[in-house]
Amino acid sequence: MTDQPSQAELVRQSLKRRYRKERRFRAYGILAIAIALSALVILFADIIGKGYTGFMKTSITMEVNLDGEMMYLDDPTDKRQLKMADFVEPLVQALIREIPGATEEDRDEIRGLINPYASVTLRDALKENPDWLNTTRTMTFLSHTDVDVYVKHAGDAGYSIKLDEQQKAWVDELLERGVIETSFNDVFFSGGDSRDPSKAGILGAIVGSLLTMFVTLILSFPIGVAAAIYLEEFAPQNKFTDFIEVNINNLAAVPSIIFGLLGLAVFINLFGMPRSVPVVGGLVLTLMTLPTIIISSRAAIKSVPPSIREAAEGIGASKMQVVLHHVLPLAMPGMLTGSIIGMAQALGETAPLLLIGMVAFIVDVPDGFFDSATVLPVQVFLWAGSPELAFIERASAAIMVLLAFLISMNALAIWMRKRLERRW
Amino acid sequence: MIKLNKALATVALAGSVAAMSVPAMARDTISIVGSSTVYPFATVVAERFGTKTDYNTPKLESTGSGGGMKLFCQGIGTQHPDITNASRRMKASEYELCQKNGVTDITEFRIGSDGIVIASSKDAENLDITLKQLFLALGSKVPVDGEWVANPNKNWSDVDSSLPNKPILVMGPPPTSGTRDSFNELALAAGCDELPEAASLGEDEHGAICESVREDGAFIEAGENDNLIVQKLIGDKDMYGVFGYSFLEENSDRLQAATLNGMVPTAEGIAADQYPVARSLFFYVKKAHVGVIPGIQEYVDEFTSNAAMGQNGYLKNVGLIVPPREQLMNLMDKAENMPNLALEELK
Repeated sequence: MTDQPSQAELVRQSLKRRYRKERRFRAYGILAIAIALSALVILFADIIGKGYTGFMKTSITMEVNLDGEMMYLDDPTDKRQLKMADFVEPLVQALIREIPGATEEDRDEIRGLINPYASVTLRDALKENPDWLNTTRTMTFLSHTDVDVYVKHAGDAGYSIKLDEQQKAWVDELLERGVIETSFNDVFFSGGDSRDPSKAGILGAIVGSLLTMFVTLILSFPIGVAAAIYLEEFAPQNKFTDFIEVNINNLAAVPSIIFGLLGLAVFINLFGMPRSVPVVGGLVLTLMTLPTIIISSRAAIKSVPPSIREAAEGIGASKMQVVLHHVLPLAMPGMLTGSIIGMAQALGETAPLLLIGMVAFIVDVPDGFFDSATVLPVQVFLWAGSPELAFIERASAAIMVLLAFLISMNALAIWMRKRLERRW
Repeated sequence: MIKLNKALATVALAGSVAAMSVPAMARDTISIVGSSTVYPFATVVAERFGTKTDYNTPKLESTGSGGGMKLFCQGIGTQHPDITNASRRMKASEYELCQKNGVTDITEFRIGSDGIVIASSKDAENLDITLKQLFLALGSKVPVDGEWVANPNKNWSDVDSSLPNKPILVMGPPPTSGTRDSFNELALAAGCDELPEAASLGEDEHGAICESVREDGAFIEAGENDNLIVQKLIGDKDMYGVFGYSFLEENSDRLQAATLNGMVPTAEGIAADQYPVARSLFFYVKKAHVGVIPGIQEYVDEFTSNAAMGQNGYLKNVGLIVPPREQLMNLMDKAENMPNLALEELK
């Protein structure tokens, strides 16, 4: 009997093993977080590493002689003359003067350093300031994308440099003299899409995203909240409401492209709404976000303690007063959090927009809900598929902008929850 | 809180009213759909058109040729596109769909071609090969005694004794490239279809077998940079390369093109669709929209102008095989008169 270890002895013996088990369990948790974090770090490092150069532009600053005779222009307010005028020649001449040793014979190579749309910049400047004609001005133009790639990525095996040796020598020299400079890429934030990477911007996509999100929010939030209130507070508990509940939960898991098909069939084909417009995009994304908002709103309403309702009813409030005066304000933080998360999801969607024509090459920045538009993730998709290597950094830069939007939306959701949440 | 209630009702109402009141809205931007092969050319034209003129820049969706036709032929009205691009000709069935939906007057523009060549260094032994032999050399699976097996051919001469007794070594574009798609479809699949064994393949199998390139090192993916392929070819006499016709032309002093099905690639042969790995590119204009949607006529003029499609045009710089000058003149006439496409032309 005495050779049997006592109870306390048994516990002591197993203690070591139990501690070890616990340590292991904690280590698994840390490992899981480490894996998730390192995936995130790799993703961010890759995107930032590829994309930070997208926030830089390469431009040429030079003295341009705006000689009317050279441009075949004597009245910049005359539309017809503007159409027929030659805005390339002054740029080429100006750059030839900047490069010592360059002559008229090098004009084709020199023209290859200037952005093809620089002549448009010059035309618009003259249109705006007709008195600049026949003067000499110091002006800044975008460089050709080949120059941009050379300046940013010379020696990078992932990029091919299209300049020839002569052009490279010129660019090196001009860089040293400060004629060619890299600076913050304001074009990227102030322009629409373009097939020329140097000129491409995301303003059009940002505005498109904002318009689409506005439509989504203004439709999905009230409808979602109203549905949640009815289902939680007023609807009888029966087979039919159970059926509705199951269906709402199912809808939350339906692949988003299905909503795009629905939008195409209903809004465009049946109602005859135009393709590629933020209103239709917003409607489709509303359908997609609704289940998320309804589910989170119902959870928020459920978390309001019944004692609040009973107290209100006890002092004679009607059902509607109970809901509007007490339940809704208390549930609002949860509802808003759910909505913001639903909106963040919608902001990152491309698949449903493909079918309603929002995946398109659109240059003009949209200025209304019925103007053709794309959204940020679509812009990333389009650039990532472009053959020009210079679009890689633009796509990564656009991803960073999109991530900044998403992070700030999620931060807003957390802040609101912290700030408005009430604990019982 | 009653205010909130009212606000909710107003918003819901406003939403539904907005949704209902849209039909027949005016549109002042040209809407273009269609082929992803034409997309890189058409977008450049659209952007130039937008900056040159006071019209809005046209909106372009890359839907594929078939998808574009379907949208285009859906009817007349601002909610339907004005122009569709295609990397093949309109089918008679699509034409009939158009007619059925009231899209009766269509003008066709053949805007140039897309040709793919197999080339090698001038010092190397030139290939004179049929598409069938090409598939047997480069397909991932080939039939041996009625069974589809991993490609066993190591030397060109294993495929056919008339071919050089040298290892099969071909550099080409990666699968992300449109050139590769066309090569798979127009060269390999066409060669595969000449094999009696291909007839019994199902549709899925046909795609998987006939349009896939071997991955055992005989075919080297070179990245999107065609210049790199050109350099490699000049350095390595055993190597053959696959790329767009324009690169052959630019390096014609150093490279020679393989003869495919007896045809040497020439700009004329490609433009005339005689060279086997070439296809014409088209766009179709809905005439009922010309004059209704502002700028269609001007867009077509820009596309068919010498500045765009001439021998020094900007479309040539982005890789289009531009039509010969007489054809371009015909296109300009066409842009002016906009003749109707007839069903007989498509049969």
